[in-house]
Amino acid sequence: MGINVLKGGLLSTIQDTGRFGYRKDGIILSGAMDTLALRTGNMIVGNDEHEAGIECTLIGPGILFESDQLIALSGADLSATIDNIPLKMWRPVLVRKGSVLGFGAAVAGCRSYLTVSGGFAVAKILGSRSTYLRAGFGGLKGRALQAGDYIPFRERYQETLHDFNWSCDLSAFYPDLNDRVIRVIKGPENELFSAGSRQAFFEQEFQLSNESDRMGYRLKGPVLALETPQEMISSAVTFGTVQVIGKGDAIVLMADHQTTGGYPRIVQVITADFSKLAQLQSGQKIRFELVTLAQAQAALLHQEQQIKQLQQTLTFKYNNDI
Amino acid sequence: MNSTFKDVRFYPLGDTAIVACLGDEISNPTHDMIQCICNYLEEYSFEGFTEYVPAFTTVTIFYDPITVSYQSVQSHLEEMLAEVAAHPEKPASRIVEIPVVYGGIWGPDLEIVAAHANLTAAAVISLHTEPEYLVHMIGFAPGFPYLAGLNEKIASPRRAVPRAAIAAGSVGIAGNQTGVYPIETPAGWQIIGRTALRLFDVNRDEPTLLRAGDRVRFVAVEDRAFEISNKSGYGN
Repeated sequence: MGINVLKGGLLSTIQDTGRFGYRKDGIILSGAMDTLALRTGNMIVGNDEHEAGIECTLIGPGILFESDQLIALSGADLSATIDNIPLKMWRPVLVRKGSVLGFGAAVAGCRSYLTVSGGFAVAKILGSRSTYLRAGFGGLKGRALQAGDYIPFRERYQETLHDFNWSCDLSAFYPDLNDRVIRVIKGPENELFSAGSRQAFFEQEFQLSNESDRMGYRLKGPVLALETPQEMISSAVTFGTVQVIGKGDAIVLMADHQTTGGYPRIVQVITADFSKLAQLQSGQKIRFELVTLAQAQAALLHQEQQIKQLQQTLTFKYNNDI
Repeated sequence: MNSTFKDVRFYPLGDTAIVACLGDEISNPTHDMIQCICNYLEEYSFEGFTEYVPAFTTVTIFYDPITVSYQSVQSHLEEMLAEVAAHPEKPASRIVEIPVVYGGIWGPDLEIVAAHANLTAAAVISLHTEPEYLVHMIGFAPGFPYLAGLNEKIASPRRAVPRAAIAAGSVGIAGNQTGVYPIETPAGWQIIGRTALRLFDVNRDEPTLLRAGDRVRFVAVEDRAFEISNKSGYGN
């Protein structure tokens, strides 16, 4: 009663919405890069939105289902198939025992989330099932999935659930992945940058380099400099913090970022745009747009209201549409 | 102490955190104030509070903007600061001894540090084990302490080429900082020794050995003792 991993893919890890409460001890958040996609995937199969799923990166894994299961695939379109037939995303799908989930070309986005009804049976460590790769714990043995792995389901699939003919209206809450404008608010050290750097930051494009992973994205773009060079005193950083390091490169911190950093923080990506950021492929270009804190929080509130509505619709489905 | 709490500056770190900044200099009084604030936050949480991260001169407080606004978190923190200023209370300071095997295969850069300081290896060990270091903050890696108190005589530049991986328990020096690596990681620090103590062990009730506010003393131990403790499962 679980899945067999036939091949690991580029980087497939078990992630939930993060390991909160331990950042003061240097223990990072981890969790899905695109939590919005993971949460939605969970809701679609009737799970708690914070349940763990499998984050598949660019080149997805091969997965054999050892028993019937209700699943959903959300996030990036990585040309997923079930037994070589294209899999419809963002909707509940009943897969039968012996079926194989495969992936093909990355059509849009970078990270796809596999959620299963009831979730995967991996232990919660420090309150989370997320994989912390560098420290080697969480998820499945603290590492990425590889061929030969077996991950049990936590619950036997209930025949009462079924793949009802329904899919969610993505546009209501999930960003258009072709929209490459990332909204930011000013970072704590924004004013320390030279006027030229601050202007270039918003006028010019940045390209996601190959040196980009779950810890952070290195961007290629205008060289950014402080008005007066100075040493920073290390302080907390978070998902979406844009630090400027070394010779003036911008780094965007992502899900596996360290808890503290000692580089000037020029801007901070707003939470409502994390999905857009998480779904970027290396080589793609983005532009930054400055908003206020109030606008950032309003955008997040709007997104959360849409999610809540989706949650209510789905709860109604699961309780009445059987 | 009370007056300095009034100079606290607040600013946002994105849309889910607020930073209380207590100055621009790393100092013991600032550290003490931060400890008092953390102590308070451990006792009294507030609606929408997620977690806090202390650093050298700041405490960053994460909150849920869906439940609570930036303004209300700030006013809450201002009230808290008044309370803390009136009744400053630090958590009890702990002293943690860290046994270190210096030099040899455990500390391949000890001679480099000695040569840079124009001292013998024994003198470097003696200077490194002398002070009581203060854990200013934890960051970089799980349980990694930022320690203050290194004798300037043994401050050393980072390695020109960082090592791809150094073992957990490695004790190093970089600039005027010294520290211990809780997990295997790439590093540019000069490695002068190794401890069998685990600074991070996810299977312990308290996974991290050290926390901000602790005091640390390094104790030189024999190679042999290290091997024995390694065999008993506390090594790497």
